[in-house]
Amino acid sequence: MLDETKGLYKKRTGLKINPAKTCQPIGAMYAALGIHKCLPHSHGSQGCCSYHRMHLTRHYRDPIVASTSSFTEGACVFGGKSNLKKGLENVFHIYNPDVVAVNTTCLSETIGDDVGEIIKSTDVPEGKTVIFANTPSYAGSHVTGFSNMCKAMVTHVSEKKEGKKAKGINILPGYVEPSDMMEIKRMATLLNVPFTMFPDTSNVVATPNTGNYNMYPEGGTTIKEIRRAGNAIATVALGSFSSEAAAYELEKKCDVVPYIMKEPIGIKATDAFIMKLLELNGGNMDASLEFERGQLVDVMVDVHNHYHGKKVALFGDPDILIAMTEFVIDLGMIPTLVLTGTPGKVFVAEIQAMFDQAGLTESQVMIEEDLFTFHQLIKASPVDLIIGNTYGKYIARAEQVPLVRMGWPILDRVGHSYFPVVGYKGALRIIEKITTALLDHYDQTCEEEDFELVM
Amino acid sequence: MRQIAIYGKGGIGKSTTTQNLTAALAEMGKEIMIVGCDPKADSTRLILNGLAQQTVLDTLREEGEDIELENILKPGYGGIRCVESGGPEPGVGCAGRGIITSINMLEQLGAYEDNLDYVFYDVLGDVVCGGFAMPIREGKAEEIYIVASGEMMAMYAANNIAKGVLKFADSGGTRLGGIICNSRKVDNELEMLTAFAKELGTQLIHFVPRDNMVQHAEINKKTVIDHDPTHAQAEEYRVLARAIDENKMFVIPKPMSQERLEEILMEHGLLGV
Repeated sequence: MLDETKGLYKKRTGLKINPAKTCQPIGAMYAALGIHKCLPHSHGSQGCCSYHRMHLTRHYRDPIVASTSSFTEGACVFGGKSNLKKGLENVFHIYNPDVVAVNTTCLSETIGDDVGEIIKSTDVPEGKTVIFANTPSYAGSHVTGFSNMCKAMVTHVSEKKEGKKAKGINILPGYVEPSDMMEIKRMATLLNVPFTMFPDTSNVVATPNTGNYNMYPEGGTTIKEIRRAGNAIATVALGSFSSEAAAYELEKKCDVVPYIMKEPIGIKATDAFIMKLLELNGGNMDASLEFERGQLVDVMVDVHNHYHGKKVALFGDPDILIAMTEFVIDLGMIPTLVLTGTPGKVFVAEIQAMFDQAGLTESQVMIEEDLFTFHQLIKASPVDLIIGNTYGKYIARAEQVPLVRMGWPILDRVGHSYFPVVGYKGALRIIEKITTALLDHYDQTCEEEDFELVM
Repeated sequence: MRQIAIYGKGGIGKSTTTQNLTAALAEMGKEIMIVGCDPKADSTRLILNGLAQQTVLDTLREEGEDIELENILKPGYGGIRCVESGGPEPGVGCAGRGIITSINMLEQLGAYEDNLDYVFYDVLGDVVCGGFAMPIREGKAEEIYIVASGEMMAMYAANNIAKGVLKFADSGGTRLGGIICNSRKVDNELEMLTAFAKELGTQLIHFVPRDNMVQHAEINKKTVIDHDPTHAQAEEYRVLARAIDENKMFVIPKPMSQERLEEILMEHGLLGV
């Protein structure tokens, strides 16, 4: 399929081929789903909403619902005010959510709809909440959309109650899977940390089959909890690209101290996350977490010979990549190429610093790039493994290189919604996946005399 | 920080008035930023003495989304910080979106520093679409001045702009601070605009007479204040600056019907003849 790709990379300016990112509203909708009884609303034409819902549904394999302002030519000329006003009225009347989270689209952004003004002038039923985020897809990526919606939760909901004693810690999980959010909560609970996590999609897009369809599953952070986030002692924001904006907004609006950290992917980042929670809340390391960490170290010792020194190319979203690059370096692998479609020069600086520290002079990091570039660079400098989302499968097939699926979206495998990659358990799972991928590939391609029973 | 948007019919002299006015305010020791919201990018030419300012949108196009504040913000006469939004060439693209992008970018880069006394938005023509209303949306410019003259079309445009202001006054805090007359030496101009402003529920904050000095200064790429500070016209701009600095009259405008507008023209426009 991609067999004709040549290994001659030339910087392109006017063309992207197979972008390594998608639309802002997808991230915004996903974040909104992490609010209890929230219906995402797409302010734009129907096609946007359909595509975003479909893409989310394919990844989570759960029905993702969202409403739309259904722009027509008229809305495009005269502005989408009446569509949104009527839309909100209908949504509350027919679908009765507690919260509607409005995201804009390229069209409504371009015609310049003032969504804040429109919502203000709409009669929102008593006890209901409407929040909104500006999410034009011609800026940033789906990660930016996620970040914007998380920030919007703070802007429109969080409050600092004067005279009330600050308590608890806010955890912003970042753009990770429901399984990861569940694992982050499990770790915080084991450490006896009183916390509020938002958004929390763990029981919204990974629900059990009960035989009944429930438009609003039990999960998600409640509006009350998000409001109280303004009275927390501190915010631990995981992943700077997806969580930093909301954490800084909490600082600006409610004086809650922000701590921006890596996603707790890999042993070092998980250690840092746990130590930060203990530092803020007091208490000691939990014995069962220590046990898990010990198991992880044991496995690293046991199987390191299978992945040590192997070359790996990674692509996907910045927060996942930053933590994963650190982890693969810790595992003794060589990340030769780290590429994201999301803009942000800090990403380059952060990854480059890791390369420098590890003495990786040949490795490359790229932002705002696409999968065609990724493929060309792999062609020019072959790797043993690719880590990335489902879109990497074409390159993996063309190059006969195993692909470990990580990041967003994963449209052709299961498990990501249920088994985390964060925490010590998650790190163990990543090692399992990497090792299995390398060994399966070896078993299928090695000479008969090299085929071993015990590896 | 007072954020002020200047609107008015195309060619009425918004940019010239804004720059002379801000130069006078700078003389008074005020910290000012001008955000030019016109695709022609000529809102800061007199303050920067013709220095071609790299526009926000050009910078964005050439350097991608990671840009530094100093790339797009240049200090000019009296320490006035100048930003040009820029925009597409005539006939293509979407200039309104350009304004939204630029203002968001300025906020992101922290251009709105606490030590600013004034931020001026020089916006082209009518409020033709959502993008051109960006400077008067919630949390941005809360004061609007409309530059007009005694010419029929200038007043017609001013009335239309008042309609736009009214829309945003309902939901946000946007108020009309007054009409600035940039005289075209039309018959009975002062009386006519005074009546027009009154009908809108606002005031004629200053009548800037027509003087060739402005043209001279423009050719020299300077404001009158900069070019010939002792000239009478420079004093006119100082009076305007003081009036705006001390202005307390901020209203929700009452735009008039076309018939009423024409009545005012009939009443005053023919009086002096």
